[in-house]
Amino acid sequence: MSSYAFIWLSILAIGAGTFLLRFTFLQLAGRVVLPHAVTRALRFLPAAVLSAIILPAILRTGQGTLYFGLDNPRLIAGALAALVAWTTRSVIATLVAGMGSLWVLQAMF
Amino acid sequence: MSETSAKKRQDWIAGMRVMLPLLPGAVPFGMITGAVTADAQFTALQGIGQSIIVFAGAAQLASTQLIADAAPLAVVILTGLVINLRFAMYGTSLGPHFGSLSTGKRALIAYLMTDQAYALSITRYMSDAEMTPMAKFRYYMGGAAAMWFVWTAATAAGYFLGNKVPASWSLDFFVPLSFLALIVPNIRDRATATAALAGGGTAVAAWSLPFNIGLFAAALCGIAAGYAVEVAAGRRATRSEGER
Repeated sequence: MSSYAFIWLSILAIGAGTFLLRFTFLQLAGRVVLPHAVTRALRFLPAAVLSAIILPAILRTGQGTLYFGLDNPRLIAGALAALVAWTTRSVIATLVAGMGSLWVLQAMF
Repeated sequence: MSETSAKKRQDWIAGMRVMLPLLPGAVPFGMITGAVTADAQFTALQGIGQSIIVFAGAAQLASTQLIADAAPLAVVILTGLVINLRFAMYGTSLGPHFGSLSTGKRALIAYLMTDQAYALSITRYMSDAEMTPMAKFRYYMGGAAAMWFVWTAATAAGYFLGNKVPASWSLDFFVPLSFLALIVPNIRDRATATAALAGGGTAVAAWSLPFNIGLFAAALCGIAAGYAVEVAAGRRATRSEGER
C-alpha cells in the first residue's frame, strides 16, 4: 500500500469509529430510559474526568514529566487558581489569577 | 414555538462566550498536530482532512506519530479509537438531555463532541434545570462550533507554518484553569468531592500509561468512588431514620 492510501485509510477508519463512539451512546441514552443506578453514577463523571484532565496538566513540567515540588510554577499557579475559583466562582478571576501568577513565577525562576 | 430569535441568539452567544477561554489552549495543540502531519508526509488535504474527519486532537496526534514510525494500520486505527473511548461516556452522560431532538441534530452534537464542549455543557445543564432541550442544543453548538473553527484553522496553520506559539507563553495552561473554574462550583457534596479526588489521583498515578488509558481509568475510578460514598451516606441516613 502506498503511504498516501495508508494515510487516507487511517483517517477514514479513525474518523468513522470515533463518530460511532460519540454517536451510539448519545443516541441510546437519549432514546432508552437509563437504569437509575447508571444515572446516579453518571452524575460523578464531570467531576472525575475534569479533575483527571486538570491535575496532570498542573503537575506537568516542560519536559513532559509530572513534578510535585513546590518550585513547580504550574503547581503554585494552579493552587492559587483553585483557591480563587472556590472563593469567587468566577471564570475570569480564575483565569487571571492562574495565568497571571504563572507568567510572574516563570519570569522569576 | 414561543422562543424568540433574540433568545435563540442569546443561547448561541452564551455557549460561545464560555468556550472563549478554552480556545487559546487549542491553538498551540492544534499547530503541533498540524506540524506533525506535515512532517509525516501527509498532503495538505490529508492534514486538514484529518482535523475535519476525526476532529479529536489527542487521537490525531498519536495516530500521526504512529504513521511516522511506520506502525501497522491496525495499530494506528486501534490506538486512535482507544484514545477516544471517553466519548462513549460523554455521550451517555449527555444523551438524556437531548432525548427529544432529531437524529440529525444529535449527529451534529456527536460530531462536534470534545472534552471542552462536554465540560461546558454538562456543568451548565446540571446547574440549570429550566433549560429546554433546544436551548441546551444551541448552548452546546455555540461553544462546539467555535472550537471546530479554531481547531481546524490551528491545524491548517500548523501544517503550513509549523508551531509558531512559543512554549514560554504556556497557553496550554488555559485548559486546566478553565476546567477548574467549571468544576469547582459544581463540587457541592462529599460524594462529588470524592469523585474528583479519586479521578485526579488515578490520572496522576496512571500518567505513564499510553493511549489516554489513564483518563478512561480515572473516569471509572472517580465514578465508582463517588457512587460508593453516596450509597454509604444513603444507607447511614436510612439506618438513622429507622432508629428514630
